[in-house]
Amino acid sequence: MSTLVEFPTMGAEQLSSLRRTIDGSFRTFSREYGETLERLFDPLREFLIFSERLLTQSPWPVVIGVIALIAWLASRSLKITVGTVLTLLAIGYFGMWIDTMKTVSMIFVCTVVALAVGLPIGIAMSRWDKLQRAINPALDVMQTMPSFVYLIPVVMLLGIGRVAGMIAVVVYAIPPVIRFTNLGIRLVSKDLLEAADAFGASVWQKMFKVQLPLALPTIMAGINQTIMLSLAMVVIASMIGVQGLGQPVLKAIANQYFTMGMFNGLAIVGIAIIFDRVSQTYGKRLQKHLEVVHG
Amino acid sequence: MVDEPNTTQATVASPDSVPSNAVNISIKHLYKIFGPNPAQHLVAVQQGMSKQELRDVHGHVLGLRDINIDMPAGGIQVVMGLSGSGKSTLIRHINRLIEPTAGELWAGEQNVLAMSPRELRHFRRERTAMVFQNFALFPHLTVQENTEYGLQVQHVKHKKRQEAAARWIERVGLKGYEDSYPNQLSGGMQQRVGLARALSNDAPILLMDEAFSALDPMIRSDMQSVLLDIQQELGKTIVFITHDLEEALRLGDRIAILRDGEVVQQGTGQQIVLKPADDYISSFIKDVNRGRVIRCRTLMTPGVTVDGPSVDASLVLEEVARVLSAEGKDAANVTNSRGKQLGSVTMNDLIAAMVPPKSESTDQTEQ
Repeated sequence: MSTLVEFPTMGAEQLSSLRRTIDGSFRTFSREYGETLERLFDPLREFLIFSERLLTQSPWPVVIGVIALIAWLASRSLKITVGTVLTLLAIGYFGMWIDTMKTVSMIFVCTVVALAVGLPIGIAMSRWDKLQRAINPALDVMQTMPSFVYLIPVVMLLGIGRVAGMIAVVVYAIPPVIRFTNLGIRLVSKDLLEAADAFGASVWQKMFKVQLPLALPTIMAGINQTIMLSLAMVVIASMIGVQGLGQPVLKAIANQYFTMGMFNGLAIVGIAIIFDRVSQTYGKRLQKHLEVVHG
Repeated sequence: MVDEPNTTQATVASPDSVPSNAVNISIKHLYKIFGPNPAQHLVAVQQGMSKQELRDVHGHVLGLRDINIDMPAGGIQVVMGLSGSGKSTLIRHINRLIEPTAGELWAGEQNVLAMSPRELRHFRRERTAMVFQNFALFPHLTVQENTEYGLQVQHVKHKKRQEAAARWIERVGLKGYEDSYPNQLSGGMQQRVGLARALSNDAPILLMDEAFSALDPMIRSDMQSVLLDIQQELGKTIVFITHDLEEALRLGDRIAILRDGEVVQQGTGQQIVLKPADDYISSFIKDVNRGRVIRCRTLMTPGVTVDGPSVDASLVLEEVARVLSAEGKDAANVTNSRGKQLGSVTMNDLIAAMVPPKSESTDQTEQ
């Protein structure tokens, strides 16, 4: 009877030895190759530091001006541009300018990396069904695995800091870019591909002149999701030493500083809304040709 | 497959003025079986296994069976059939959007089925252009950019392709719409873009897959005129797919009728209307306006000269009847295009030919 009530386990002895073996070999691996890996990521570290310096050390009016210009070019909406400027001014006035800029630079780099890695994977997935079948479960794992769990190996390999944080954020935030790129390309009508074929387009000509442009609105939706997810990771990433708005939130949690937590949280919400509205209106503008004007 | 160039090609019947670069298309013993393992069933099909048996017993679908068509260079070959007859499958074999199970396909001296992927791409770019039933315009490109597409694929210089596109946009009557997107245009206008896109390619072969079927009757007849007009100038080899007999008779220099993946009859429109090969085709042509299809050359009594107006041998009966009734005469002299006397037709001949044969008219009254 007891075997039915109590689940038959592999035994405490074996279990702990299994853990020891895996942990041990991973530790050896990270001791052996950790430094090499770290060096491999050096360009990324440089990129992170560069963009952070650019945003924190430039005069704030210039930074706001440039961000407002980008918001205007992407959305062509006065409302969104003014909203962006006001939000940034408020954030600065409440003393969170430096932290916010650190977070924005982090998000920027993470999004660039996610795109650089995710777009080719998404394109490859759309071309080969087998690859799609292999990658989809991996993406599921990346999105459902509690983020704290994969912080552990990253920290073991690369130590605490920006690069480890960035990798954790990218792992968490990259699935939408991959999925939406794949989906967007697959949704392109077979008729149009046939037409391109009939005119003798090569595989690359089809990809860059037909499939990617038509998938772009869908891909933009994926990028929007990726930005939102990386913002959501900011607080968690701050636990492994990523600077920015996450740090004060963490401090506020530990010390029960309600107002401090609230302000920094609202700043995250503020830049999330800016990113979201700007990228969404840009996505919508890309679809302008789909508007049916003729009845 | 025989690799040597086909020497019988040059002798295929050609219309009055064939441009030197026109290309004839020759399809020989073409078979297409759809399914997981077509090659396995090919021999059985070639020996006469029925479409039914192939589908029910072996789970394969017979697309085309033993197609043999010689399409004249510089002429309009219509392939007609109802849906499911295999006509769209057939046209897609010409530029190999669909690979045949067996057979030969020649475009002039070129063996299309022997082409490597690279050669095929060049064949599609330079020798063929296609117009689609559902237009298949690129929604993210403007009319101008859509029209330039084929040239862009060929890496033609920007300025040159802009000029070519502008010329064809104007020719199909869309000047002023260059910067519109396809979704902003009506169906008829969209297909004009489709036509301009295909013509910009300046390819000797033009494939039109039910190009006008999605348009309403007035616009369709309009587009037919545009096509005939352009064809007079260009003399391309046009393969035109349709399910509409009136359209087939109006456009086709030659017509092939397809049923269940087989050619049931081919010839000129007149031949088909006057001598339908079987009941299936008879039932098709029952309602055709013969006066607009049959030309007076077919009816005339050779040699005899009568007191009456002269009419060109290529005029259709209806037009001859109109001339006769306008002049109040009972008979007309038939002349060739250079005005030489060939023979004559009487009003009685015309009326008798315009009325459908007796057996068919009794059919109609029984219904």
